[in-house]
Amino acid sequence: MKTNDVILRTVTKAVVFIILTFGVELFFAGHNSPGGGFIGGLVLSSALVLLFLVYDIETVQQGIPVDFKKVAAVGVIFAVGTGVGAVLFGAAFLTQTFGMFHLPVFGDTELATVVLFEVGVALTVVGTVVTIILSISEDV
Amino acid sequence: MLTILMAILIPFIAAIFIPFIYKFIPRINIGWFVLVVPIILFIGLVRYVPSVAAGKTYIKTISWIPSAGINFTTYLDGLSLIFALLITGVGSLVILYSIYYLSDRESLGHFYVYLLMFMGSMLGVVFSDNMMVLYVFWELTSISSFLLIAFWYHRKQSRYGAQKSLLITVTGGLAMLIGFVMLYAMTGSFSIRENIAAIGEFTSHPLFIPALVLVLLGAFTKSAQFPFHIWLPDAMEAPTPVSAYLHSATMVKAGIYIVARFTPIFGGEEVWFYAVSGIGLLTLFWGSLNAIRQTDLKALLAYSTISQLGLVMSLFGLGSVALHTGASSNSVLYTQATFAALFHLINHSTFKGALFMVVGIVDHNVGTRDVRRLGGLMSLMPVTFSIALIGSFSMAGLPPFNGFLSKEMFFEAMLMMRNVDVMSVGSWGTIFPIVAWIASIFTFVYSMIIVFQTFFGEHQPDRLDRKAHEASKGMLIAPSVLAVLVVGIFFFPNIIGNYLLRPAMAAIYPTFSGVNQLTPHISAWHGLKNNMPLFMTIGVVIIGYLLYITLHRWRSLYSVGPMLWNLDTLYNWSLKQMESSSTALTDYYMSGHLRDYLTYIFGFFLLAIGGSLVLFGGLSFDVSNDAPILINEVILVLVMAIAAISIIFVPSRVTAILLNGVLGYSIALFFVIFRAPDLALTQIVVETVTTALFLLCFHFLPELKRETSVRSSKIFNGIIAISAGVIVTVIALSVQGNKLFDSVSIYFENAYELTGGKNIVNTILGDFRAFDTMLEVVVLFIAGIGVYTLIKLKARKGERDVED
Repeated sequence: MKTNDVILRTVTKAVVFIILTFGVELFFAGHNSPGGGFIGGLVLSSALVLLFLVYDIETVQQGIPVDFKKVAAVGVIFAVGTGVGAVLFGAAFLTQTFGMFHLPVFGDTELATVVLFEVGVALTVVGTVVTIILSISEDV
Repeated sequence: MLTILMAILIPFIAAIFIPFIYKFIPRINIGWFVLVVPIILFIGLVRYVPSVAAGKTYIKTISWIPSAGINFTTYLDGLSLIFALLITGVGSLVILYSIYYLSDRESLGHFYVYLLMFMGSMLGVVFSDNMMVLYVFWELTSISSFLLIAFWYHRKQSRYGAQKSLLITVTGGLAMLIGFVMLYAMTGSFSIRENIAAIGEFTSHPLFIPALVLVLLGAFTKSAQFPFHIWLPDAMEAPTPVSAYLHSATMVKAGIYIVARFTPIFGGEEVWFYAVSGIGLLTLFWGSLNAIRQTDLKALLAYSTISQLGLVMSLFGLGSVALHTGASSNSVLYTQATFAALFHLINHSTFKGALFMVVGIVDHNVGTRDVRRLGGLMSLMPVTFSIALIGSFSMAGLPPFNGFLSKEMFFEAMLMMRNVDVMSVGSWGTIFPIVAWIASIFTFVYSMIIVFQTFFGEHQPDRLDRKAHEASKGMLIAPSVLAVLVVGIFFFPNIIGNYLLRPAMAAIYPTFSGVNQLTPHISAWHGLKNNMPLFMTIGVVIIGYLLYITLHRWRSLYSVGPMLWNLDTLYNWSLKQMESSSTALTDYYMSGHLRDYLTYIFGFFLLAIGGSLVLFGGLSFDVSNDAPILINEVILVLVMAIAAISIIFVPSRVTAILLNGVLGYSIALFFVIFRAPDLALTQIVVETVTTALFLLCFHFLPELKRETSVRSSKIFNGIIAISAGVIVTVIALSVQGNKLFDSVSIYFENAYELTGGKNIVNTILGDFRAFDTMLEVVVLFIAGIGVYTLIKLKARKGERDVED
């Protein structure tokens, strides 16, 4: 790949944020329309993959100093933890609940515990995908 | 008040925090923080004693997988309370001892994490009512024991001992698991209590005896009963606090716990009686016989533990006779054996714990445990000597120590066997007291070896690694407490009898009314008239003394003929055989060719799926309900087919990857056509990421070379490929015609009311089938870690990738 690809870099700078926003939107939309933790996580990680492709790994990791193995681990703990959380409230493992709340900016909003579970899923997906891609690309 | 669930969880939660405390507060010995845990648990559990003694039991159920009958049920009764008190009580003392025993240079963080993990799982074993939960904790104790034995993993012997104990106890545990499943098959419940309540309904079931044998296998392997005892001496490679805790006071007693716990279910069976009492007696005899030949003090204690566990086991066997005839005044007599067993269980933990700690002190301060090099330490280490004296004399069954009381009760129970007229025992019953008596003589001899050969005789400083001196005060606290208990229990045995043993007896004999009759008054002096056990003890002392002073003359008997026959040799031989044969097998099929592996996978797939389709008549096609095929669908399929076929013929990798991408995107288009936007989205993103991944991998690889293979293998590959495709198509087609189960969609019809989500795909993923999603996430994570370790941790060129 050419090391000085101005057009690609310029476009990427804009596009990455669009993809990231789209990923977050997909994540939150999940409950009522297409989206959810898995897809949201995948879109987020594809934005990261794009960054890794366009810039080199060191540059990206300076900007995002995150160990993606840990992100994946935290995600798994989150997903399993929300299941255990239900047990602490006396319900069966992985029971989810939801309710309507009135929030200052958003108005009447539905909050569901399943979002926490989905956060775990999304983090695991992001962490795992980036870990795999990084370790393979570093190996080459 | 401490709930039972918390008692199980606290050690695990503490274990999570240990690495952080260890890292951030390095100046204070981490053991002091750990010590708090068992002390809190012990105090919390002691507060249950009065109410449990009054006949109360505590039960709490948390549903876990109710559909499979698996629930996290904690149950506290007299029996589990005894074990829990031993686990936390001895645990506190052992941790206190280990603070002084282990040097700061050891990886103490690991040590205490394992120890806490063990403590939690052991409490889980004794408090679980559900057999599946019990099994999980049971294996966790094996694993934590494995980690602790291998604590000094740089030693070859440690690794060997850890592997041996794990192999033997886990094999037994698996057998026990099958036994549990059989019980479930008979009664439809994994709850031990419900199984006990249902007894009588299923004793004639054909699976009853197999279940009994399998559960016993688990108990015997864990409790180091003959012939599975061979792992215990090797487990002594662990640090001494571990030996004192796991391999004498708690974990090895888990097997005894299982026997006691399942006595109400299986106890009335002849097989149970003969297996438990017979194996127990054999173990008692064999362990005591072999203890004498040991020159390493810890190995000697290991064999003595084996032997004492056999003693307790045989008593439980005798006690089960009471259940054979049902509750009557005659059978009450036999329950005394169980009482003696429970009593000796507690006594053994006190004196054996103290002895292990003494041996640890000697080893720590002198540098050797070899009795041939030790001697004359009495004046140099007076406190250690006193504790050793108390512990050994108690083990030998001498007054005024608690071992005397339980040893007398043991003799009495064994003598009772002469009069047993059930289970066709007949004149065989006479063998029991004779074997028990001979074993006790050996017990006396090895108890004397511990005291006299270590502390009396000539002191030989030049043969020791370090200069002998008394241990530090802190190190002496824990064994002193145990020694005080040894004496204290002798003078006040009935406190234990009334408060701890009585409720435990009620748990083992739930069908017997008037449990108070089952608790005898323990007294040290029964008078001289008709006091056969006392005369037996006197005989033990006299003959034992004679044997001890002539020891050097007859010890050579151990090196002749059949005494050299060794179960260890058999174990090592079979291990070697297993290794070499599995290597041969693996070498045979792991050819290193991806093509071969794919052949196995697809071959199995064809046989399993295709075979069952033919066998069960699943091949039926019903197209009446199918939707008509539109022209754009046909075009898409054609595109996919062309892309798929061209993959085979394209010359470069990159083109092949892109063509593969075409396939994926076409499938995504199908999802769009059939109105599954979620799946389409997922498919597109996955396809994008994987294509990028493939390009990354293959960009730097050399150009594809056309493979030159012989015609026959080409044909074979073709057959495999085509038939795999055919099978998949056939499955897809026959699914329509076969409906084995009800449609699951009724579940999801009320998705919005139940979950508040309008996207049904997501409610299925996150709410209805969240268990699947959770496990998928875990699998994904494991796969990621797998890729990472494969790439990052592979051996560098020239390095050896196999550890010796």
